[in-house]
Amino acid sequence: MAELSFVISICVMTVFWGVVGGVLPIFIPKGPNRGVIVTMLILTAVCCYLFWLIAILAQLNPLFGPVLSTDTIWYLYYHWD
Amino acid sequence: MFRSEEMCLVQLFFQTESAHTCINELGLLGLVQFRDLNPGAAAFQRRFVKEVRKCEEMERILRFLEAEITRSNIPVSAAVDSVGVSCPRELLELECKIRKLEEELKEINGNHDVLKRNFIELLEIRSLLKVSTDFFEEAESQLSCSELPSEESVSAAASSRTLGRRNSSISTNGPQKLAFIAGVIKQDRFPAFEKVLWRLFHENFILRHAEIQDTEQQTEDRRMKKDAFVIFVQGDQVQGKIKKICNGFRANLYPCPNNLHAREEMRMNVHTRIEDLRMILRRTEEFKVTVLTKAAATIHQWATKVKKMKAIYYTLNLCNIDITQKLIVAEIWCPVSDLNSVQNALTKGSEQSGSTVSPVLNRIQTQQIPPTFNRTNEFTKGFQTIVDAYGVSNYREINPAPYTIITFPFLFAVMFGDCGHGLILTLLAIWVIKQQEQLSRWKSEFVDVLVGGRFIILLMGLFSIYTGLIYNDCLSKSFSICRSSWRVRHMFQPSGPWSNKTLHAFGHLHLDPEIPGVYSGSPYMFGIDPVWNLASNKLSFLNSYKMKMSVILGVIHMLFGMALSLVNYLHFRNFQNILLRFVPELVFMLSLFGYLLFLILFKWTVRLRSETAPSILLIFINMMLFSYQTDDKFLYSGQKALQMFLVLQALLMVPVMLLIKPLLIYRHRVQLQQQATAGDKAGNQTDEVSMGDIFAYQAIHTIEHCLGCISNTASYLRLWALSLAHAELSEVLWRMLLRGTLGCHPGLGSLLLALVFSCFALLTFAVLIVMEGLSAFLHALRLHWIEFQNKFYQGAGFKFTPLSFTSL
Repeated sequence: MAELSFVISICVMTVFWGVVGGVLPIFIPKGPNRGVIVTMLILTAVCCYLFWLIAILAQLNPLFGPVLSTDTIWYLYYHWD
Repeated sequence: MFRSEEMCLVQLFFQTESAHTCINELGLLGLVQFRDLNPGAAAFQRRFVKEVRKCEEMERILRFLEAEITRSNIPVSAAVDSVGVSCPRELLELECKIRKLEEELKEINGNHDVLKRNFIELLEIRSLLKVSTDFFEEAESQLSCSELPSEESVSAAASSRTLGRRNSSISTNGPQKLAFIAGVIKQDRFPAFEKVLWRLFHENFILRHAEIQDTEQQTEDRRMKKDAFVIFVQGDQVQGKIKKICNGFRANLYPCPNNLHAREEMRMNVHTRIEDLRMILRRTEEFKVTVLTKAAATIHQWATKVKKMKAIYYTLNLCNIDITQKLIVAEIWCPVSDLNSVQNALTKGSEQSGSTVSPVLNRIQTQQIPPTFNRTNEFTKGFQTIVDAYGVSNYREINPAPYTIITFPFLFAVMFGDCGHGLILTLLAIWVIKQQEQLSRWKSEFVDVLVGGRFIILLMGLFSIYTGLIYNDCLSKSFSICRSSWRVRHMFQPSGPWSNKTLHAFGHLHLDPEIPGVYSGSPYMFGIDPVWNLASNKLSFLNSYKMKMSVILGVIHMLFGMALSLVNYLHFRNFQNILLRFVPELVFMLSLFGYLLFLILFKWTVRLRSETAPSILLIFINMMLFSYQTDDKFLYSGQKALQMFLVLQALLMVPVMLLIKPLLIYRHRVQLQQQATAGDKAGNQTDEVSMGDIFAYQAIHTIEHCLGCISNTASYLRLWALSLAHAELSEVLWRMLLRGTLGCHPGLGSLLLALVFSCFALLTFAVLIVMEGLSAFLHALRLHWIEFQNKFYQGAGFKFTPLSFTSL
């Protein structure tokens, strides 16, 4: 079950940025600015997807955990199920 | 916009009569750049230099007129853009009109000054008369009774005046009539005046003086205080000397009649004259105001007309006039796609001037390098400016600007990375965009820069909000949008080692991801887990994450740059370079830094035990040094063989880059030489560049690329460094300022909180947004200019500067 949320998030984000970078450029109307707008969309999709992917991959298999103060541990014990 | 536009060199022929209208139409179009056909001629040797001087003279007069208008506080009507151009005839009329106006104004000003001076003199005489009345009374009394006056015996005549009295002796040579000299002198010069008189005449004179308290005079003369004085002396020689002294001290002397009756008459006279002069002065000023108001209505129009004419004459100076004086030849650079509009503009121009012959366009081939023209709109102009600031791209080279539109704000945001600050930046940018017209009227350089970069700031703010969400950092606090992946409960017994006793014994405890349940198995869905914000070892995790992220982003950015260089080589049909430069560079980069990327991703995606996980940095260093120990931990099987292969391959690329191309050029030249001697050609042309230079250039390029790969990759670590600095600064601000104050007692604490919050807001804006923003801006710019662009950019072109009246 825990793996499911990882798969879901990967799918959702990939599809979202894929639409932004791959599908939206088809619908940009022809005009003098079409090239620039398509470039902007593709680059935005690539940059943002890459950035998010790096963040999620870095936390996939953690080698060490956080060091918390005992007060924080008490708080989290009761408030985070 | 991806490449600079294709330009063509066009020769224009048009008639001299239609020259003005044609150039006017071209200027309104703003798409042609005139080439200088008389490069050897100095400025004063050109043909239309007289007309240009005339225009400059007119501009000077117009500036003088405008100064006069603003001095008299007359509102100037705003400029109305006129599309038409004035022919030379109209210009002459305008010149006459302007000169006449100038002379009129000069005359009015001169008259005004003279009248003013007379007026002041009359006022002085009036005051002098008033003040000297009692002097004469006193003098007459002294003549009648030749006693030495003492200070106490003569009482102050007028109550409101301050009279200075001086004891002076009179030579008792009998009741001789005393001559006197009356005048007005500035008050601060008076003591010196008195001293000089004393030194010269040693009490042989009587001096009376009084301050003029005429308020009208004072406001006229800007509060200059003046004294009226009367000197009584004997003898003519003495009078002459005193007159010279008075001239030296610049005192104004006035003839003052002796007896009361004549003084009264004079006073009446002066009074009427003052009233007359007052009226004349008022009339003069009214006249001046009418003249200036009439001029103010049209002065802006004139100024624009004159500027246009000057630009047209300057352009005509660049053209050639042929022998028959009827034809003007001009050479222009213009974009190929705009040839039609240029032709239309010329036809319109020649029709306007009523000439029968339409101008001729003749496109000519040339070997010269055309200027670089990138068509931009309001949005892309800012980004093109920052690319051009480093160097204008070569003709038809790839223009990095469209990619910079996104990658520059993105790299800025990676370094800035805070939702709250990003939101403030976005709001600031939206405000500047809305107020753009009003702000552009401020005419300050700083505001101009801000307005020019408004879209850049907008994009920087938007991307900063996104990266702030991923870093989970909003004014140093984290959001918890989804559930955190770390659970504390499973660390307690029965699944984990902790118990209540452990909690009491220690202050900090370490969560262990090996224990099942502590780490939920799937990472936080959007960004960095919020638990890290609560952890005291936050930095060890974030540092490792951000450093690897910087290297990944850097290598990908540089590979993008290299791909653009491939596109350049393909466009210029430079296949030799593709094989000899692009391929070795790519192989070098990929085998070393692409492998580093692979290692990072591999270590992230594969489950490892923390005791056996090797450090990537150590792997990389050992790989380069070929040092493998027997007890090294490997990430995967076959790692040693693969690494040795990759390093050898990278090292092999170095001689490929270094030697092959010069050898090819050498062989080519030898072949040419052999052909030349075989075909008995006389005089082989000298080599343009010697072989030694070619080798040196190639060596420099190879070393630059290889060392540059390493240093540029390391340079991208500034993405990590600046984002760390920003996060730490905002955390310091929170911890030092707000955290303590929010826990204060209510009541007085609320006042303290208001104070501290204002401090917090000011520091956030000044330090975190302005200073850190500028710093991140600069570093992102440097990453673009150096690390990205030196993979493909030449940047040695010159910019297309068309004749455009909108920019005047």
